[in-house]
Amino acid sequence: MSQIKVQIPTPLRQYSDKKDSVEVEATTVGEAMKAITTAHPDLRRHLYTDEGKLRAFVNLYLNEEDIRYMQKEATEVKDGDTLYIVPSIAGGRG
Amino acid sequence: MTTATSASGSAATATLNNEEVLRYSRHLIMPEVGMEGQLKLKAAKVLCIGAGGLGSPLALYLAAAGVGTLGMVDFDVVDYSNLQRQILHHTPDVGRKKLDSAGDKLLAMNPFLHLKKYDTMLTSANALDLFKEYDIVADGTDNFATRYLVNDACVLSGKPNVYASIFRFEGQASVFGTKDGPCYRCLYPEPPPPGLVPSCAEGGVLGILPGLLGVIQATEVIKLILNGETKDSLIGRLLLVDAFAMKFRELKLRKNSECPVCGTHPTVTGLIDYNEFCGIRGEEKPMSALVGGMPEMEVTELKRRVDAKEDLFVLDVREPHEYQICNLHGHLIPLGEIEKRAGELDPAREMVVHCKAGVRSAKAIAALQQLGFTGKLHNLKGGIMAWADQVDPTMPKY
Repeated sequence: MSQIKVQIPTPLRQYSDKKDSVEVEATTVGEAMKAITTAHPDLRRHLYTDEGKLRAFVNLYLNEEDIRYMQKEATEVKDGDTLYIVPSIAGGRG
Repeated sequence: MTTATSASGSAATATLNNEEVLRYSRHLIMPEVGMEGQLKLKAAKVLCIGAGGLGSPLALYLAAAGVGTLGMVDFDVVDYSNLQRQILHHTPDVGRKKLDSAGDKLLAMNPFLHLKKYDTMLTSANALDLFKEYDIVADGTDNFATRYLVNDACVLSGKPNVYASIFRFEGQASVFGTKDGPCYRCLYPEPPPPGLVPSCAEGGVLGILPGLLGVIQATEVIKLILNGETKDSLIGRLLLVDAFAMKFRELKLRKNSECPVCGTHPTVTGLIDYNEFCGIRGEEKPMSALVGGMPEMEVTELKRRVDAKEDLFVLDVREPHEYQICNLHGHLIPLGEIEKRAGELDPAREMVVHCKAGVRSAKAIAALQQLGFTGKLHNLKGGIMAWADQVDPTMPKY
């Protein structure tokens, strides 16, 4: 198991008890996500579809790499890694 | 390299008069710009979508820097609540067309600017024709439908899309739609369902944040004009800005070979219905779809019942900081906590639920119904803002 940090974006902090990051123990990205959505169940509904698929407007980056171009949720993590949850945001004109 | 070529192509014929030489002298004496660069700026045509939070600093700096032709697309009117961040617009401009207000400031700042105003909503019907006239498009819009429209129109017309978006105190910036770089759809193939990601109007925004991000956009536009699509551009990089932590993080973006618009076998070869793509059918649909079939109460009816001291529980589902601005002495449970704290409520009691404008309260009612509440639940139509308009004009609006 590795100790990694999961960075929560502002729009989702209302579902993580206002925390901006959470330390979790995991060996893969998928395990880390499971740990964080178990600790904060409201996050699950916003990050995953009912079928358990990561929503298409949410990307996961391990350090600076998009996990879609690594081994997706099976991507292994190591101590000190940061997993970024990056949802799309649209504001700007109004 | 469309940008650099077309810009430098016409740059050969542009010249600067003595006034312009003096105006741009701090550019002219730095080797990275110089006369050649300044002439490229003068020949460049940039289309700015939106004259609001991002569009303000973006257009001001592009005009100041000597970008020759600036197009601006906006159909909105300046609102009092815009002034906290939309620095193109001043207090006397409230109620004016944003384009007229913007035009005055930009031309006062730089009379050499050739400004084209498009008082229209950007749509699938006009986007490609509009983009045709320009070298670079800068996206300063505020909704997902227009974001995808700008992206697809940029890819289809081969124009770089200098992108930024903001939420509260966080921003994202990149350059999409260049020849070999990724597009917005490579990053996010699909938009979130309506209502899942709050807008600036719902979530708030730190006033300086569009300033920071709009200036980053302006910088990327200027670099594309001066240097073309080089590795120093934000192409293939997503810059994340957190203003409170003052942290700038960078993520790698890749061109997705399976991207429906810029991939090797594109399925989107023309502009589509972006409202439909984003799950919106008609302007007010997200709210009315949600409210459909839900009993609504007019604010005047609530006032009558409160005055008559009828038994009616008022539930406020806004955030505590909104309650501090104004309230109806209702019981406060923010929407995000409604399921957790439903035990504080009597499920059999008649209740009127309100928020700022009526969307969150409709969601709260749906959640309470799911939990098996049997008492009649009314959604306060137009929220506390309607109360301020129709019942209590002394109440502050926000």
